Amino acid sequence: MSEAAVADTRRLNSKPQDLTDAYGPPSNFLEIDVYNPQTIGVGRNRFTTYEVRMRTNLPIFKLKESCVRRRYSDFEWLKNELERDSKIVVPPLPGKALKRQLPFRGDEGIFEESFIEERRVGLEQFINRIAGHPLAQNERCLHIFLQEESIDRNYIPGKPL
Amino acid sequence: MLSSLLHLHVGAVMSFFSFGQSAEIDIVLNDAETKKKVEHKTEDGKKDKYFLFYDGETVSGKVNVTLKNPGKRLEHQGIKIEFIGQIELYYDRGNHHEFVSLVKDLARPGELTQSQTFDFEFTHVEKPYESYTGQNVKLRYFLRATISRRLNDISKEMDIVVHTLSTYPELNSSIKMEVGIEDCLHIEFEYNKSKYHLKDVIVGKIYFLLVRIKIKHMEIDIIKRETTGTGPNVYHENDTIAKYEIMDGAPVRGESIPIRLFLAGYEMTPTMRDINKKFSVRYYLNLVLIDEEERRYFKQQEITLWRKGDIVRKSMSHQAAIASQRFEGSSNNEKAVAQNKEDSN
Repeated sequence: MSEAAVADTRRLNSKPQDLTDAYGPPSNFLEIDVYNPQTIGVGRNRFTTYEVRMRTNLPIFKLKESCVRRRYSDFEWLKNELERDSKIVVPPLPGKALKRQLPFRGDEGIFEESFIEERRVGLEQFINRIAGHPLAQNERCLHIFLQEESIDRNYIPGKPL
Repeated sequence: MLSSLLHLHVGAVMSFFSFGQSAEIDIVLNDAETKKKVEHKTEDGKKDKYFLFYDGETVSGKVNVTLKNPGKRLEHQGIKIEFIGQIELYYDRGNHHEFVSLVKDLARPGELTQSQTFDFEFTHVEKPYESYTGQNVKLRYFLRATISRRLNDISKEMDIVVHTLSTYPELNSSIKMEVGIEDCLHIEFEYNKSKYHLKDVIVGKIYFLLVRIKIKHMEIDIIKRETTGTGPNVYHENDTIAKYEIMDGAPVRGESIPIRLFLAGYEMTPTMRDINKKFSVRYYLNLVLIDEEERRYFKQQEITLWRKGDIVRKSMSHQAAIASQRFEGSSNNEKAVAQNKEDSN
């Protein structure tokens, strides 16, 4: 066996890439928007809902496009389900803002426009971080949250069907 | 009892005020002028230069004993020099595990009337392991000259550094593996060898079979793991020696990302497996993919590192030539040398 004076650093051979793979849509397309906040109800029974629109080509999601309305407590439900059932470190939600719910404030409290916008941004960041997690994608609660019209709180946790 | 206590006290006072005779010891190697020195880390992280030796090389030189108070006699119980190879575990400092221990007597008990020089030679000393200073363990070789005396010995130590050499292994298969997360990410990684010498180049590639996550970049890290202890008391110390980004941006299916990582720039030692049953030093390549949410996906793979000897020049001493041939799989090298001779004929 002869000893090489200089190491051979030429690239290893590799298969040429298929052009449809190179220029086609990527297999990791996943976009979720949280937008169009609407405050429903009157007086003390008011609450704000947000539209959660999802577009994807990931096979694990049954619908490639979905659009549902969710409120803050629905996001809380999702966070709790994931913390209980999965091994994921769940990212934080934007704050509960309890102070804003106290009476005798000078402003609209939790229905203040700037606050709703702040919360919308936080919720959008939250859901995007979660939905892209390979382990979260295996939890039924995520699919219910994103793609079912209403959340059945008595669902059976587990893998999506 | 009282008289011996008094004696001890007097002795201590005498050496403090140098009423008695004392001496300085100096160890000088025979080929100190020409012998190569290498840098080696000390326990506190500093770097010092030491003479370099290989397995089988003779260690010879002179011990100079210089009397501090000329004219006064130095009584002693014997003068000797030792060559020691030992392993010291930091959590068990008291116990030194000596795996090489040679001694040469330089002078029988008596007295020195003047400064004197003694020759010594440890012929073809076996030095089976490489010198290593780590986080929890130290393996060192040193000469120690001692003048034995009734109350307190005078001694001097001189550390040397030993490198263990190997040659190109006969079998050096590439590492090729398909790994991933089902339905999310499938990659095939390949490294051109499983055994690399310290100045080698890692040539490889990462081939993407399925990409359903949003990857931001990919890097390859070299991790050194030092393991000390046995049974229930095993300590692992991980140290990331290198982080090298190999891809910036999102790959798609069918893309192949090349790897070319030059090892010479990093401070590494050869792989050491179960040295004297006391410790191991192993190296791993860690391939890390990071997605847009800073999630990390990684695959660790062990590689073997070995030390290549410098090109043997005609002027190199015969001893060192023999020493550089004493390595793992020596029978293979004899075949290789014979093969070379055949090829050149």
